[in-house]
Amino acid sequence: MTAPAPDRAPDVIATRGLRKVYPAPRVRRARGAPQPKPATPPAGIVALDGLDLAVRPGEFFGLLGPNGAGKTTTLGILTTRVRATGGEAWVAGAEVSRDPVSVKRRIGVVPQRPNPDRSLTTIENLVFHASYFGVPRRAAEERARRLLGEFELSDKATARIDALSGGQQQRLMIARALMHDPEILFLDEPTVGLDPHARLGLWATLRRIHAMGHALILTTHYMEEADQLCQRIAIIDRGRLLALDTPAALKQRAPGGTLVEATLEGDATPLLERIRALPGVERADAHNGTLRAWGPHGGELAAALLRTVEGAGHTVCDVHLAPPSLETLFLTMTGRKLE
Amino acid sequence: MTAPATALATRSATATARVSVARVFLALLARDVHVTRRELPYFLIRTSLQPLMSVVVFGYLLPHLGFARANYGAALLPGIIAISLVLSAMQAVTLPMVIDFGATKEIEDRLLAPVPIQLVAIEKVVAGVLQGMIAAVVVLPLARLIMGPVLSLGSAHLGEALLVALFGSAAFSCLGLVLGTAIDPRQIGFIFSAVLGPMMFFGCVYYPWASLARLPAMQIAVLVNPLVFVSEAMRGVLTPALPHMPLGVAMAVLAGVTLALGWLGLRTFERRALS
Repeated sequence: MTAPAPDRAPDVIATRGLRKVYPAPRVRRARGAPQPKPATPPAGIVALDGLDLAVRPGEFFGLLGPNGAGKTTTLGILTTRVRATGGEAWVAGAEVSRDPVSVKRRIGVVPQRPNPDRSLTTIENLVFHASYFGVPRRAAEERARRLLGEFELSDKATARIDALSGGQQQRLMIARALMHDPEILFLDEPTVGLDPHARLGLWATLRRIHAMGHALILTTHYMEEADQLCQRIAIIDRGRLLALDTPAALKQRAPGGTLVEATLEGDATPLLERIRALPGVERADAHNGTLRAWGPHGGELAAALLRTVEGAGHTVCDVHLAPPSLETLFLTMTGRKLE
Repeated sequence: MTAPATALATRSATATARVSVARVFLALLARDVHVTRRELPYFLIRTSLQPLMSVVVFGYLLPHLGFARANYGAALLPGIIAISLVLSAMQAVTLPMVIDFGATKEIEDRLLAPVPIQLVAIEKVVAGVLQGMIAAVVVLPLARLIMGPVLSLGSAHLGEALLVALFGSAAFSCLGLVLGTAIDPRQIGFIFSAVLGPMMFFGCVYYPWASLARLPAMQIAVLVNPLVFVSEAMRGVLTPALPHMPLGVAMAVLAGVTLALGWLGLRTFERRALS
């Protein structure tokens, strides 16, 4: 079952045992301090500890993990800017350390913090970027105008970069990354620092880009973002892959299934034993007027719970269902919260 | 037909084709030329104001006030051209490197161009060379204008003067690459005063190297300063009748400095560009 289907296109990204150890920061010893034991050399900071990934052509792929999980390092290696300490990484058919030029030709990169060329205007940023990839001038200008329209930057075409807001600069970075029509687009935490409205706008943009046929690799520490956007998600923590699957399949793995939470008038604790005895309830607890039950089938569970509560003569003020989330999955796998 | 294949067809087929290193190099250079041309007034003031003020004081005021001999200008002019071009060439590389790597990270876009990253550094050095040569070409006539007639200044060797400007700019553009990539951005002020100050005053700008013969220790010590060879080579082509170092020796040293610092600069650049 593990052998890939024969007609499946090769993965656009594949890593095997990817490791990155950054040199330990040099510690300046106070003068006269005792010599440290000369035994072992400084171990360094392990950012990636044997990461295996596979991204399919045209896939919208998410790297989800808390700050310091190794997401940016992974992206750095895949985009040729960080040298791996061990393992292999293949991007668009080329191994990144052996043939970085081939890799660079096929990828677009949107950095975590906008880094536009501040000596150039908005449209010049796009046109010069394209020229670095050999796009002919006229084609580049045409494409730049189209992308500026697409990203609502047309009125800023000849403006200096300083005249652009943070959100506009962020959009310019995405437009720039698309100028040479890359097969794979990498985005490092693209919505950090955006207000909720801008974030939703960016999500819509990313979906459109994906629909155009680009593979998208996105890092994020917002589980909702990964859940909403990505076809498959790799959850990583401390440089290791914890899980890799579709959002739905990952959420199925979250313990306890769907949560049904009911708020009653009066104390809910006397009902707890009867709720626990209901079919399909895996776990339940009660606290004052709040009754919580978890089960794999949220709808059936909610109906049974309401019948029981009403049958016992209680009035239900509020009821709500929370589907299993990546957050709860991450919590059970690591014992820590994601954000 | 699989789904990705049809979707891919909606992507324009503009790029992802192989592009020659030369073409990318020219595109990177075109960017620097574009920016320099737009900021030309600032560029000219930056490169020529300081040397021209030296010319006013040492080449005009002091001789007129009787503190310097009238023919001092002949010793001074080649040195002024030398210092103008080396400062321009060096700053053209050091400042962008320090700012781009340290603060704005602007260079990342160019590092992702489909060529080996060393090409980004080499292009910057070439842009520095061009700026150094422009500085020489701009400052020479202006300085001559301020000083008035300069004894033994010949126009017979202007072509060779351009060659000297090229060699001097190359050496100092490479030095700019080393300084811009090897030093901590927070130390930049310190470097400018600790390196540039001594370099300018002990670079045989204001006096010919031969005149240091009366102070042999000094005459030997200043040879660590590559500016000495730019000044002396300029003397060799602009005022060949006056004492100067053999042109071939000065040019050979500058070529050697270019190779050594260029090699070192590429190493330090790589270290900054890749982690």
